Amino acid sequence: MSDVNYQRYLNRAIAAVPPSGIRRFFDLASTMKGVISLGVGEPDFVTPYHIRQAAIDSLLNGETSYTPNRGLLELREEISLYLDGRFGVKYDPATEMTVTVGASEAIDTALRVILEPGDEVLIPEPSYVSYSPSVIFAGGTPVGVLTRAEKEFRLQAEDVRRAITPRTKALILPYPNNPTGAVMEREDLEAIAEVVREHELLVLSDEIYAELRYGGHQHTAFATLEGMKPYTLTINCMSKSFAMTGWRVGYICGPAELITVINKIHQYAILCAPRQGQAAAIEALRAGRLNGYEDVERMRESYDRRRRLMVEGFRAMGLPCFEPKGAFYVFPSIEKTGLSSEEFCQRLLTEKKVACVPGTAFAPCGEGHIRCSYATGIDKLNIALERMEQFIKALA
Amino acid sequence: MTQLENALLELMQEDCRLSLEKLAVMTGASCEEVAETIDRLEQEHVILRYAPTINWDKTDRERVEAMIEVRVLPQRDMGFDAVAKRIYGFDEVKSVYLMSGSYDLLVLVEAPTLKQLALFVSEKLSTLETVTGTATSFVLKRYKEDGVVFEETKTDNRLVISP
Repeated sequence: MSDVNYQRYLNRAIAAVPPSGIRRFFDLASTMKGVISLGVGEPDFVTPYHIRQAAIDSLLNGETSYTPNRGLLELREEISLYLDGRFGVKYDPATEMTVTVGASEAIDTALRVILEPGDEVLIPEPSYVSYSPSVIFAGGTPVGVLTRAEKEFRLQAEDVRRAITPRTKALILPYPNNPTGAVMEREDLEAIAEVVREHELLVLSDEIYAELRYGGHQHTAFATLEGMKPYTLTINCMSKSFAMTGWRVGYICGPAELITVINKIHQYAILCAPRQGQAAAIEALRAGRLNGYEDVERMRESYDRRRRLMVEGFRAMGLPCFEPKGAFYVFPSIEKTGLSSEEFCQRLLTEKKVACVPGTAFAPCGEGHIRCSYATGIDKLNIALERMEQFIKALA
Repeated sequence: MTQLENALLELMQEDCRLSLEKLAVMTGASCEEVAETIDRLEQEHVILRYAPTINWDKTDRERVEAMIEVRVLPQRDMGFDAVAKRIYGFDEVKSVYLMSGSYDLLVLVEAPTLKQLALFVSEKLSTLETVTGTATSFVLKRYKEDGVVFEETKTDNRLVISP
């Protein structure tokens, strides 16, 4: 044991941020054998072979140096074609985008660029665990905006309006949503755009699950709404759509004036996204453009089947479950069991060896829900559903 | 092929033990529709049988397999089909394909012992009047069949729980 009191070195605001609520379950689940995990927030597909091959080729070609800070121009050109072709939003590869180390860096850097102490950022809840801590790390104040099961967890314009104060600077728009699987239809976004216009908010639109949409839902990129592009930072990545989580390649697009400053932090703090990740991303986007995004469509089709299986499975065991139309999560209500989300997940794990994430890991308002990822083989999903059904029956 | 037919074939190719109810849920069709579609696919010989993929090397069954390249004389009015039919009629023959290239038929043969396999080639296959030549190659090891890798133990190296 060292005698040094490290507390005196720590930034208090950062030390005060609690560790992720997922952590405890992770520690518990990783020590157990025979666990079927519905807690995994990433695709179960391995990155398609031709994409892996492109990274290998890049290595064999000796491409081991830094790339330009903003990312390889070829990649930025592909990103630009992708966003335009897929979602109809146009960004200039030279001035309006930076390739980042996953969407996570994009979110962190964007927040650091815009926030000053006391600035407030609106965050729909429940949502991805990093937004609030990232806002705090950047010196700002996170303000949660509740979303509700009865509204299919869509963000309501009036709730946003009610949360606005003179210090509100930005709104994070994470749809399709992790953990709820909720999506925003165009008219839902139009209503949000109205508020953005009134209050001149900056929108961080985290669209990393845009490709994973089901049941006829069409993804609307927020920047395509009338007059919204100047107020929008579009964040996306290769991870979920192309099964490339470990490659750490994301990107942020927006007005050149903001991207220049984002790139300033990125340049000093990160330098550039990993080279082989960029090579793989070029192949993923190029091949996709030429073959109609065959890989993405194949994976989406497969997720969709599993999504139906899960929703039906939960409904059959009497757990209310709204139909999620995005990402790869189901967010059923476990309220009727009388257990809290934490207790439910803890007991399910220890008694039936099925790992889920309590809704409260994503915000206090996630109480009464659990997040179940269906990015796992059908055989395992079926076993997990059986075990959960036994668990619920034993509770009743 | 309809979208439902394609979806069912894909799902059943992976796991043909999925129940009608689960297949219906996953494809968004009714149980009746799924049952009818599968019946039709069976009647039309799109689905030929429901069988597991077996790694016989892990069993104690003695067996030898060979791929035989066969050159034949096509017969008037019947082309290669008649001779292919003669060949696939043998119990030892597991697969027969008509090939482009330097030979005509590729025949996959299985027998309990090397001797029996050799006898099959010399006494049954080569003696067919339309067969003009054969080249036999023995299978030493199977790595992958019907999309299934044999020796690979599937490991999920993702974190058990991630945000």
